[in-house]
Amino acid sequence: MSRYFREWSVAFVLGALLLVLAVFAPAFYQGQPLLSLAASEAPTLVVACGAALIIICREIDISVGSMFSVCGVCAGLVATQHAPIWVAVIVAVLTGAILGAVNGVLVAGLRLPSIVVTLATMMTWREGLNWWRQGQFVYLPDGLQWFGLSQSAGQWTVIAMSLILLAALAVAMRRLSAGRFLYAVGTDAEAARLAGIRPQLVKFVTFVVMGILTGLAAIMNLVQSPQVDPKSGTGLELKVIAAVVVGGVAISGGRGNLWGAFAGMLLLACISPALTHLHIEAFWEKAIQGGIILLAVVADGVRTRRGKS
Amino acid sequence: MVSAPLLELRGLTKSYGGVRALRGVDFDLRAGEVHALLGENGAGKSTLIKVVTGAHQPDGGTVAIAGEAATDLTPASARRLGVACIYQQPALFPDLTVAENIALRLEPASLLRRVDWAARRAHAKELLDRVGAAISPEAEIRRLSMPEQQLVEIACALGAGARIVIMDEPTASLTQKEQLLLFAVIRDLRANGVGVIYISHRLEEIFGLADRVTVLRDGHSVGTRAVGEIDEAGLIRLMVGREVTQIYPPSESLPGEVALSLDKVGCTASGVHGVTFEVRAGEVFGLSGLVGAGRTELARVLFGLSPADSGEIRLKGKAVTLRSPQDATAHGIAYVPEDRRRHGVVLEMPIAHNISMAIHRRIFPGTWLRFGAERSLALEFIRELAIKCNGPDAPGISLSGGNQQKVSLARWLATKPKVLLLDEPTQGVDVGAKSEIHRIVRQLAKAGLAVVMISSDLPEILGMSDRIGVMSGGTLTAVLPGKSEAAVVMAAALGGSGKGAAA
Repeated sequence: MSRYFREWSVAFVLGALLLVLAVFAPAFYQGQPLLSLAASEAPTLVVACGAALIIICREIDISVGSMFSVCGVCAGLVATQHAPIWVAVIVAVLTGAILGAVNGVLVAGLRLPSIVVTLATMMTWREGLNWWRQGQFVYLPDGLQWFGLSQSAGQWTVIAMSLILLAALAVAMRRLSAGRFLYAVGTDAEAARLAGIRPQLVKFVTFVVMGILTGLAAIMNLVQSPQVDPKSGTGLELKVIAAVVVGGVAISGGRGNLWGAFAGMLLLACISPALTHLHIEAFWEKAIQGGIILLAVVADGVRTRRGKS
Repeated sequence: MVSAPLLELRGLTKSYGGVRALRGVDFDLRAGEVHALLGENGAGKSTLIKVVTGAHQPDGGTVAIAGEAATDLTPASARRLGVACIYQQPALFPDLTVAENIALRLEPASLLRRVDWAARRAHAKELLDRVGAAISPEAEIRRLSMPEQQLVEIACALGAGARIVIMDEPTASLTQKEQLLLFAVIRDLRANGVGVIYISHRLEEIFGLADRVTVLRDGHSVGTRAVGEIDEAGLIRLMVGREVTQIYPPSESLPGEVALSLDKVGCTASGVHGVTFEVRAGEVFGLSGLVGAGRTELARVLFGLSPADSGEIRLKGKAVTLRSPQDATAHGIAYVPEDRRRHGVVLEMPIAHNISMAIHRRIFPGTWLRFGAERSLALEFIRELAIKCNGPDAPGISLSGGNQQKVSLARWLATKPKVLLLDEPTQGVDVGAKSEIHRIVRQLAKAGLAVVMISSDLPEILGMSDRIGVMSGGTLTAVLPGKSEAAVVMAAALGGSGKGAAA
């Protein structure tokens, strides 16, 4: 309990919010709007999982928004050639893996600071895409939306995909050597190196995984609408970093887990609909989200300081 | 008529946690003298400097500067009273110019003060001239060599009107010619009535430069002599002349076949060169030497952290290349690093995770981690090494230093190594844990491990080693038998001839 106190406290706040909604705004729990909300947040959850891995190993990736757009456009263009859906999936995943590998080589291979590297790649991919596509939407052929299923079946599919990925990654972090090594590298890369782990390899692989997850998220986003917006990933990086930090993953690396990131993500995602249902004006949304992030960071700061003294 | 000494320390004591760094030091510095301070690593020299410069407060005793008692010294008040310290690594701002650096130390600080650049440059030039340095005040510090930076530091000290100048191993990174220049500056300071506290391990410098010498040992000042009244052997006797108070476990093992041998091994990047020795299975090979002699660097070469670029390393007679810790581990080499607080254990992780870290492949065949196997491995080592903890799930940070060291040791013993490199295994560890670690090391040797043990603790080296290698200046300068005299080892470490030191 005490070890996961931070995660439980986020879950508790989330539970309290859901309870308040149940009492004062039962309309929140109406099936279809809630399902749509969950489906539209599912891709973000997948990217947030990747961001959690990156932050646990003491790096950061702010290029995910641009990667997300590039993956979506590439997969969409393949789909317009009437390629089957699995080809589009492979294209999105490969594109993500390649873009992630570029970040990985620069950060792990050349040992450059990830904040600067991913700032540069964020701008490069975004402006490159702009120049290439001139801001045009990609109009997808029929039959691609919701994987060709009915809307609610499609929404359930997307939600299930995100939850399966979350669970698989959470289990991997706990039950695979790779997860253990990620925590070790994030806590103390030099100690990990002295213990025979290759910190640079671990970091490189993590960036590639981030890219792959972003590619999958782009597909999960693509099937939800009849066209691909080349600006669909704008602001995604801040959203996922906020979710991860609220969920108790330490920005200084080595601490936190995916379930916490999940809770943090749900909490932030529920704010906006909660305000609508509680008849509070929508402009409070960002202020409240900001306040939650600030609270999380302050809580972590106080705890770290107390831990040291 | 003798005026009050520039600096007088009486009965100075200082403890850090449980470690008593100074246990009653008397020291005085007169105007116009160079007073050398000598002692082993950990004898208390650095602590003494920190007290005099106001960085740390003493627990007891008095400090008097120019006859006036100086209580509650702070770095600022010490500087006002004329104390300046020139460190081995000058503490200058690398991106600012010489004149700017000097001005930062000397000009009164105020946010809105107008800067008189011409006066600033002229003042810097004048101070640099006084120390005989041909350096432009406009030069950026990062473009200067190490000795030039030291001269800038000395110029700052002069500009601040320093009467007491402390130099901490100033020649460590200087060439012969640069040393001569520095000595001329020091003699000049002395002629101008400045008192210089000169810290160095190089005995020939002390005899060539100093007027008096004080020897520290275990936090005591054990003697002050005029350099004319003592010789090299006498100084070494003062430095090491201590009772061996600790009982070391006897060497029971008979050395077996050669486990590790080095033939002219060198690594340009870390300054190690021409190291030749061999260690047999069942033997504890102590590696002695002063800080900076290249012992840790050698261990890092053997563990593949900074791979050798010359010579040959052989394990059981077979030449091997060690380009990474993975190579070294695969060949049965284990390295328990110095400074375990930082890198020996991952402090936030549970003990069990730390112990299993280097052997994931072996104890987790297949895909999944096996928490049961990991736990029983940890419990086994907790019992065997008597690690005091709240079970295998307790984080490393909850342990005492000695027990952290045992966890670090356990991690590497779990790899079933043939060669064990220990770097300062008992540094900062309390006496009880220390003798336990000694007992463990002995047992490991008896079980057939070849142990290379680096230590700055001379009694530990003498008490634990079957043979003693002494390093100096990046290379192995002597291999001595286990029961050598402390003075002989110290003489070898100091690079002196050591003639008659043991007499």
